Amino acid sequence: MSETNDFILDIQHVTKEFPGVVALTDVSIPVKKGTIHGICGENGAGKSTLMKILAGVYPFDSFQGRILYNGEELRFERDSIRQAIEKGIAIVYQELALIPLMTVGENIYLGREPSTSGIINWNKLYHETQGVLDEYHLSISPTAVVTNLGVGQQQIVEIAKALSESAKVLILDEPTSALTEAEVEILMGILAHLKERGVTCIYISHKVEEFFRITDSITVLRDGGVVGTLATKEASYERIISMMVGREMRERFPIGNRKPGEVILEVRNLSVDSPYQAGKRSVKDVSFSVRKGEILGIAGLMGSGRSELVTTIFGEYGQNRSGEILFEGAPVVIDSAREAMENGISLVPEDRKRMGLVVDQSILKNMSLPNLERFSGFLSINRNAELNACESMATYLAIKTPSLLALVNSLSGGNQQKVVIAKWLMSEPKVLILDEPTRGIDVGAKFEIYKLMNKLAEEGVAIVLVSSELPEILGMSDRILVMHEGECAGIVDRSDATQEKLMAMATGLLAAATSEVK
Amino acid sequence: MLATKTISITAVSKSIRTNIRTYTMIIALALIWLLFGSLTHWVFFEPRNLSNLFRQMTIVSFLAIGMVLVITTGNIDLSVGSATGLVSAVTAYLQVQIMPPILHSLFPAMAAGPLGVLNTIIAIVTALLVGLLIGLWQGTIIAFLKVPAFIVTLGGMLIFRGGVLAVTQGKTLTIYEDDFRLIAQGYVSDVAGWIVGALVIVAFVYIVFRGRQQRKEFGFKLVPFYRDLLKAVVISALVVFFIFIMNSYRGIPNPVLLMAVVAVIFTYLANNTKFGRYSYALGGNKEATRLSGINIDRVVFTVFILIGLLTGVSGIVLTGYVAAGTIGGGQNYELDAIAACVIGGTSLMGGQGTIIGAIVGSLIIASLLNGMSVMNMDVFWQYIIRGLVIIAAVYIDVMSKRNRS
Repeated sequence: MSETNDFILDIQHVTKEFPGVVALTDVSIPVKKGTIHGICGENGAGKSTLMKILAGVYPFDSFQGRILYNGEELRFERDSIRQAIEKGIAIVYQELALIPLMTVGENIYLGREPSTSGIINWNKLYHETQGVLDEYHLSISPTAVVTNLGVGQQQIVEIAKALSESAKVLILDEPTSALTEAEVEILMGILAHLKERGVTCIYISHKVEEFFRITDSITVLRDGGVVGTLATKEASYERIISMMVGREMRERFPIGNRKPGEVILEVRNLSVDSPYQAGKRSVKDVSFSVRKGEILGIAGLMGSGRSELVTTIFGEYGQNRSGEILFEGAPVVIDSAREAMENGISLVPEDRKRMGLVVDQSILKNMSLPNLERFSGFLSINRNAELNACESMATYLAIKTPSLLALVNSLSGGNQQKVVIAKWLMSEPKVLILDEPTRGIDVGAKFEIYKLMNKLAEEGVAIVLVSSELPEILGMSDRILVMHEGECAGIVDRSDATQEKLMAMATGLLAAATSEVK
Repeated sequence: MLATKTISITAVSKSIRTNIRTYTMIIALALIWLLFGSLTHWVFFEPRNLSNLFRQMTIVSFLAIGMVLVITTGNIDLSVGSATGLVSAVTAYLQVQIMPPILHSLFPAMAAGPLGVLNTIIAIVTALLVGLLIGLWQGTIIAFLKVPAFIVTLGGMLIFRGGVLAVTQGKTLTIYEDDFRLIAQGYVSDVAGWIVGALVIVAFVYIVFRGRQQRKEFGFKLVPFYRDLLKAVVISALVVFFIFIMNSYRGIPNPVLLMAVVAVIFTYLANNTKFGRYSYALGGNKEATRLSGINIDRVVFTVFILIGLLTGVSGIVLTGYVAAGTIGGGQNYELDAIAACVIGGTSLMGGQGTIIGAIVGSLIIASLLNGMSVMNMDVFWQYIIRGLVIIAAVYIDVMSKRNRS
């Protein structure tokens, strides 16, 4: 019994079944008080299910096994998130759960506003918010409206919210998936501070690097079961990865055999105004070119104008723009996605659920959506031709699904991403722009997408890869364009590039020195 | 032996679960019919009453068919009731006040029969034109000027009702053309009814088996032959039974046939054309659809043009049915049409909905109205019960979605 007292949270033999699937099998994880405990696993490994059990989203009688909290069994009722919070267990979700048009203070105290007989004491609310923010040295105004904050700051507000509810256990679900390097640093600082104060953290992620920076121990999940729990100081990157994927991963980036040919897309002095913020210029005077069979990486911090640059080329960002786009040597004007496609340019957008997929529709319908012209006569769609084309594309990309008629919702993140790519490959693009193609997908699926990029480039497709993960940019690109505050901070060859150099360029420290534009 | 049996049982139970929505609807309809049947000493089930019931449902069902597309694209149309009223008022006014003197002076020698036909044709074309103009007006403001559909059609509801009052001057315009009245009040002859039924069955069987043939050519998996056969047999039996019942009164009512044709056309449009596919995608995810290179403004515009045309059709049938243009024509039809869609499984969030569902939804609503009036229930109860049924339908929808997730 004395042993359990070291553990603030002791998950014992938890099994959770859904109709037709076993999401967790006999999962036991002891979490020591005051430590940061990492839980990693590929998508579909059961991380989210486990977290929902801890948070009381699934009630105590819907799974087998038990969870001890300070030696006492937790028994949450259905939809009892409130109960979990009262016990001191707080969750910061992967999808931000703040109300965009409310202020920081209103969000932090949502549902428990300081009030006298129902009337909110605003002064007290903002005063206390300031106190919470000060404690973690956060330079955010309590009266700032959440929608005006960056994603990273929003994440921090969520953490502040959890902490203001005097959480003893803080569960972070993929907290860094949308953060820039600088914001990740701030987050790591906060977590270290929390640890000093005795708060226990459960840190869920699939970015293995992060575990080595912050955690004390790591549990690896695979296919709903625990592969093992080990102390971070005894673990190695390769060991964790092989535990996650169940096999040795020798290489993170496949080696391609690319032979870049002639220039296919050239951008000259492109500038564009933000359609959302008057007077803000999102892209300033950017010039570059891509060759057939080449992978051009575009790096930069969040908000540096990477996505804006590629979306402008695709014709779907601001209309107030200047500069020239040349396709196969001839100037083209692209005002919409349709025109971009007609010119042989495809864009796989960055947020697949918001911009890439109709998640409640079948894989088939999603894949054929931009390509229906090809299967249609004057009036109707030739469904058999459609199904045929989609089947061969699904086989080409090895999309794992029992049927193309399955809903996209039912697929894992990696397979959903493949559907978005499939949708855009079917139009047989000559230039394929991939905006964050591997965000939120697991190591195995990432590797497959890298292989696919190589394969396409070898077939002569020009690829533009936008990514906030520097190792990915370095591992995959032939040349790298670095964006800094809407400008091109320079273009470097892979052979000259290092992570430090790219970071320096992205933060504006090395702008002038390397701007030898090719 | 045992293994194959369990597999087929799980396959059946799976297909039951996936079609739970359809079954709930049909079960609800059956329960409502049984309830009214027993409460009215089975008067409800007499061919005469069933014939009336199907005819009554048509006016709202045209609107519901268009409303499926409107709601599926993430919009709403609150103006269809008033718009139907306006079409009806204009059509009646034209037939009664304007056309007779004009036609007489143009064709003084023409007999009353052909003159009536001509008057009717002009009235039909005008009605469709008015519907089209309404669609153009609202579609332009919604799709291109980006005013939310809720507001535009709420405004439309008032504007078109004002139009009705202006045209009718507060009076009922009774129409006299028999040809026009027959559109809504007439029947297909028994023989013609059977011919139509035979054609439907042949077409259905042809589509099912040609589909099998094509799938075979492409090398796709086929569903077991008995399933397709069973489907064909059940549908054929339903068609035969329906025509038998209708013919044992006076035959299939004309508007019911018209409704069936319109429903088939719109089902085809929704399932087999680019426009249909774009509509559902747009309702499911507007951003993704736009980025897929689809002109979403044009899709929304087309949807409102189509519902405009359908208000034209609905207005014609309404005018023929009551043989007049009245100040209250079409009042509250928008609510019945929206309710029919929702009962029939159209998601108010957009992206989901079927035409056949809306037809069954219309039938459920019409059954309620018909049953309650056969029972001589007080009008205030009729309103209250309709309201409760709509809320219950959405509640069932919400529950079934929660269970799935």
